[in-house]
Amino acid sequence: MTWYIIRRFLQMIPVFFGATFLVYFLVFSLPGDPIQALFGDRPVNEAVAAQLREQYNLDEPFLVQYFLYLKNLVTFNLGNDFSGRPVAEVLVQIFPVTIRLAILALVFEAVFGIIFGVIAGLRKGKMFDGTVLVASLIVIAIPIFVLGFVMQFVVGVKLGWAKPTVGGDAGWLDLILPAIVLGLVSFAYVLRLTRTSIIENMHADYVRTATAKGLSRQRVVVVHILRNSMIPVVTFLGADLGALMGGAIVTEGIFNVPGVGQRLYQSVLRGEGPTIVSIVSVLVMVYILANLLVDVLYAWLDPRIRYA
Amino acid sequence: MPEKPTEKIEHYVAPLDETPLQATDNLAEDVQPLSLWAEAWRNLRKQPLFIISTLLIVLIVFVALFPGVFTQTPPNQNCLLANSDGDPAPGHPLGFTLQGCDVFSRIIYGTQASLTVGIFATLGTLIIGGTLGAIAGFYGGWLDAVIARLGDVFFALPLILGAIIIMQLPFFRENRNVWTVVITLTVFGWPQVARITRGAVLSVRNADFVTAARSLGVSRPAALVRHVIPNSLAPVIVVATVNLGIFIVAEATLSFLGIGLPPDVMSWGNDISSAQISLRSNPSTLLWPAAALSVTVLSFIMLGDALRDALDPKARKR
Amino acid sequence: MRFARTSKLIGLAAAAALALSACGGGGGTEGGEGNAAAVITANSTEPQNPLIPTNTNEVGGGRVVDLLFEGLISYDAEGKPVNEMAESIETEDSQNYTIKLKADQTFTNGEPVTANSFVDAWNYGAAAENAQLGQYFFESIAGYDEVSAEGSTKNEMSGLKVVDDLTFTAELAQPESDWPLRLGYTAFSPLPEVAFEDMEAFGNNPVGNGPYMLADEGAWQHDVQIALTPNPDYQGTRTPKNGGITFKFYSGFEAAYQDLLANNLDLLDTIPPSSLANFKTDLGEGRWLEKAYAGNQTITIPQYLDEWTGEAGELRRKAISMAINRDEITEVIFSGGRQPAKEFTAPVLDGYDESIPGSEVLEYNPEEAKKLWEQAEEIDPWGDRTFTIASNADGGHKEWIEAVVNGLKNDLGIDAQFEPYATFAEVRTKITAKDMTGAFRTGWQADYPSLYNFLGPLFGTGAGSNDGEYSSEAFDKKLNEGLNAETPEEGNAIFNEAQEILLQDLPAIPLWYQVRQVGWSENVENVDTAWNGVPIYHNITGK
Repeated sequence: MTWYIIRRFLQMIPVFFGATFLVYFLVFSLPGDPIQALFGDRPVNEAVAAQLREQYNLDEPFLVQYFLYLKNLVTFNLGNDFSGRPVAEVLVQIFPVTIRLAILALVFEAVFGIIFGVIAGLRKGKMFDGTVLVASLIVIAIPIFVLGFVMQFVVGVKLGWAKPTVGGDAGWLDLILPAIVLGLVSFAYVLRLTRTSIIENMHADYVRTATAKGLSRQRVVVVHILRNSMIPVVTFLGADLGALMGGAIVTEGIFNVPGVGQRLYQSVLRGEGPTIVSIVSVLVMVYILANLLVDVLYAWLDPRIRYA
Repeated sequence: MPEKPTEKIEHYVAPLDETPLQATDNLAEDVQPLSLWAEAWRNLRKQPLFIISTLLIVLIVFVALFPGVFTQTPPNQNCLLANSDGDPAPGHPLGFTLQGCDVFSRIIYGTQASLTVGIFATLGTLIIGGTLGAIAGFYGGWLDAVIARLGDVFFALPLILGAIIIMQLPFFRENRNVWTVVITLTVFGWPQVARITRGAVLSVRNADFVTAARSLGVSRPAALVRHVIPNSLAPVIVVATVNLGIFIVAEATLSFLGIGLPPDVMSWGNDISSAQISLRSNPSTLLWPAAALSVTVLSFIMLGDALRDALDPKARKR
Repeated sequence: MRFARTSKLIGLAAAAALALSACGGGGGTEGGEGNAAAVITANSTEPQNPLIPTNTNEVGGGRVVDLLFEGLISYDAEGKPVNEMAESIETEDSQNYTIKLKADQTFTNGEPVTANSFVDAWNYGAAAENAQLGQYFFESIAGYDEVSAEGSTKNEMSGLKVVDDLTFTAELAQPESDWPLRLGYTAFSPLPEVAFEDMEAFGNNPVGNGPYMLADEGAWQHDVQIALTPNPDYQGTRTPKNGGITFKFYSGFEAAYQDLLANNLDLLDTIPPSSLANFKTDLGEGRWLEKAYAGNQTITIPQYLDEWTGEAGELRRKAISMAINRDEITEVIFSGGRQPAKEFTAPVLDGYDESIPGSEVLEYNPEEAKKLWEQAEEIDPWGDRTFTIASNADGGHKEWIEAVVNGLKNDLGIDAQFEPYATFAEVRTKITAKDMTGAFRTGWQADYPSLYNFLGPLFGTGAGSNDGEYSSEAFDKKLNEGLNAETPEEGNAIFNEAQEILLQDLPAIPLWYQVRQVGWSENVENVDTAWNGVPIYHNITGK
């Protein structure tokens, strides 16, 4: 196992180069000239534009741009964004907020998704099962901006239980409401995955054995059925952590959370290569770590799974 | 003490010709054993859940193919601002959008694009993600490492960045249509399906029945296709059915950002995102396309449930 | 030393007031603090550039820079110029100007404001090596061409000469009677000497001479807010009547609107489209205003496209213009929050005339439109082309463009479509490269209150923002005449004559004038907007 984990860490190196190269190439291929956009609707002075292009290495061919980026990276210089702010400073600001938000959302969707999923699975075809099916349909079909807006309006404005928006110095408590909104869609996935796994495992031989041994139903459900049903759920949650961090554009917009999703989106629209590459690199690391954790959890959940 | 059970068993041993075991053995000799798939199909046919969902899906597909049968109002024409956000009127059962277009007609005509995006993006992610995930989980080793890390890279790419680039490819630039959206969603959606499949395959590949099949001389690819995959489908089906709905909504987001369908192509997603602005003054323009989307997703979830039940011999025998 | 202590104290007061207004949403504050001590929270966006006046060209940075710096003149609420740092600006020939400064004016670090503060700042802004986004503001000054050329190392414009500490002269490349009117724009602000030591650091903690100053070092928290407190030594006309302004940064107006409803934000300068129909009832009487400002929305049809040239093109442009029901679109799509256009400028400007001969082409008239289109068909058939209106997708223009397009389909019977672009950079690059294949969205917000600002830069031959490549000798001649007119009134009359030519040629189709919808919390009063739609921040008081 130790060797396996070490090997997984070593895999990060080629993935890092692959991802940065690919992202840099995509940013390079973006249509339109980002420098021109800096001038807005106003006339572009070529002298100024040329000066700015040089400043951001945009006048170099693609490979040169990429190697200049890597060269700077060795000295822990991630470059500047178009407003002249060091990208490293941006990362330090946005990632803590987003990590808090993603963790809260993950906890929300995991806890409620699993609990509701287990109950729905155990009572397949009953009232509760039908209700959560409708609930998950609503979450899937009604876009997040509507759900987020309604929750923000009711909880934040009408009831006044929380501030409607979060702002820059977002603490754990401030992020609870956004996290629930963010986790809603994934909640539907977790719920349905848990429900199906429970139904599938309910009739497994080892469950029959456990029941025959005279174990309480509760113990059978929690220790035997649940543990063995967790593999797809854990897989999903592991993959979702990254999606929650990079893809929270809408939720972050609704609650004004200056996080990774918003920043990444803005940077793509502005064509800020160094910012995009740096954010994506961190996200790749998060995925790899999350996936590693998931694989380790597999072995714990199901002793039959062994890694060479 | 240990001898006691043995003694008892001896008492119960019946003469060979009296056991029904023999009869079973005899039956099996002249008939081909049903494959898991065939057995599943035989079961499926009889399930009410399957019948209802299939009927619904057939209806939705029919609407998608022949929208003109269901509404007389031509879509996207005669949109008069005078009708903006109007209530239902004769011939316009669901009222009007902000632009004064007929809501019902737009939903009917939007079925085609939405369903195409939903179904084909789901199929695309299933084929690519499912295959790669199954291979990664079953064979493990360096194959697993390469596929998983490739998935990580794709998963990390910002969807809009990738979508903008895909839209710029020479073929799509001149020719923007639903397939551009399908490809975009497939390219960025497969890693998730791959990971789910890999996890499911991992937990099945060391199961007793697989070991048994292998020791009976079944080749590795055959064991994967015949025994491992059918038994690891459940979570994949779940994710795919939910994805179907998510993809239909994602099309709207892409179109809204100018990297999806052209604005004159009607889709539920387009209608849902256009209704954002009328959310407070006329929420029904949002609710109707959302309802159409819900019914579609519901029928596919039911179909998935039925399929899963049919594939699971343990649940069936009860 | 004295400054450090003052600012720290004010900073504390600011923090306390902020905390009070923050919990206003829950319990409501009873007016404990005096009116003038209240710190106002207002919406804004993260400035996209360091806060250097010549490098600020967007609203997020612009409104902050405008409060931090004071130029030679400022504009009052109606857009009339008022002398601030300038004692006098004099000229005999509209080409050579002598500028005298008021004595004893200082920056907030104690440095005096001198002729050099202006001349150095302007030279800095114009020099190519400094790559300032507002460079083009200095284009009228003699010697600009040399310092602004690509690769130029010259950094002093020959037209600017310091006479003594409080006097300098500016020579323009050619006579321009409305040049002094431009000097209130933030790009013309003075800079203290300390700025030139390290401009980037200065941009993060700017030192100005305006009504407000940064609350302390690091008052600009990136992506969060920027806190301003009144400048105690300020002697100009824009005296702060509150205890400071804190701009909170929002990525969208929707979120800010929710904060406003919860009294979590004092001032919102734009009501989001989804609440345009409801905001008056949401906020209640006395908490909102709706007021036109110097900006407009147009559709430009590029002159370089064959199908829009000649007589057929002219007829088609008129047909399209007359097939747009401006009254209905502004009423339905914007809930009355826009004002149908009658000409090419804006109604808040001096010299505005809503009945310029030829302006009936901006009236909705479907029959006449159809007739004109058919006339064009006889000259040059349109075929199965699609009329497209391009815009960036993220700018919130989808609704009105679709309404326009639907109207054209209904009234002209042609195929018309919205053409969204994913990024502003993409559409902008195509526009400047003259690579557009159809019409595109344009609009103008005045830099300074003058009819000319809506005409010259947009439609003059070869002008910087003439994206449609329009060129008309007669029009150019009128512009020149107007600029050289004896009095502004006379000039305005000539500019309106120039507009007659535009109404005939329709290089762009005017749609509507921009209107500002502003809402405020229960905690503030005395909110108003100026000619350019920007709230008059210094006049806002707490309740």
